[in-house]
Amino acid sequence: MKQFEVVETPLEPTAYHKFVLNEKQGAICTFTGHVREWTKGTQTIYLEYEAYVPMAEKMLAQIGDEISERWPGVLTSIGHRIGRLDISDIAVVIATSSPHRADSYRANEYAVERLKEIVPIWKKEIWSDGEEWIGDSRHYHSSIKENES
Amino acid sequence: MRVMLFAGLKEKAGNQVIELETDGSMKVSDLKERIYADYPSLEGEVFQVASNEAFVKDDHTLTSGDTIALIPPVSGG
Repeated sequence: MKQFEVVETPLEPTAYHKFVLNEKQGAICTFTGHVREWTKGTQTIYLEYEAYVPMAEKMLAQIGDEISERWPGVLTSIGHRIGRLDISDIAVVIATSSPHRADSYRANEYAVERLKEIVPIWKKEIWSDGEEWIGDSRHYHSSIKENES
Repeated sequence: MRVMLFAGLKEKAGNQVIELETDGSMKVSDLKERIYADYPSLEGEVFQVASNEAFVKDDHTLTSGDTIALIPPVSGG
C-alpha cells in the first residue's frame, strides 16, 4: 500500500492504521466511511465511484501536508476505493496519529472535509429507478480559494 | 489540445477525451468558453480546470503539452 492511494480493491483499515503508528505517537484515529443504503428517503442499490487517479492521490497527499502544517507531529494515511461499492462497503479510510489524542481527532475530521472539497473523486448513486452523479457544489467555490496558495 | 473529462461531464459529452484546435496555448477562461461553444451538451455545466494534475485559475495559460482535465464538483468520501 501507499500512504495516499486510490484503489479498486476492498480497503483494509488496519493497513492505514499501522502506517501512521510509530514510537512518538500515543493516539490513532481511524475513520472508515461506508456506503449508506438510505439518503433522505431514497434507497441506494449500490454506488459507482470514479477518480482522476494520479491527481486524486496528489490531492490526498496535499491534505496530509496541510495537516502536518496545522498540527505538527500528526501523521496521515488515506485510502479511497473506486469502482462498484455495495451497501456497507468501505469507501474511504483515513488514519491520523498524534502524540496526544486531541490532534488526531481534529486532523481526522479536517481530512474528510478537505477530501470532499478538493480530491477529484466522484460518486454515482444507483437507485432502483435511476441513477445520478453526485456533486457537492456547496463546497466547490470555497475550495478553489483555499487552494490558491 | 487534449482535454480529459470525468463523471457527469464525460457522460454528457459522450466522450472521455475531447480535442480542441488551438494555436498552441489558451487561457483557462478561454478554454471554458470554447468548451461551452463547441459542446452544447456541456453548456452551463460547472467545472474547475486542472493542468498537470493541479487546479488552475481562469487567468492561467494552458499549452498543448499540458495534461488538461475538467473537474466537475467532487463527491468522494
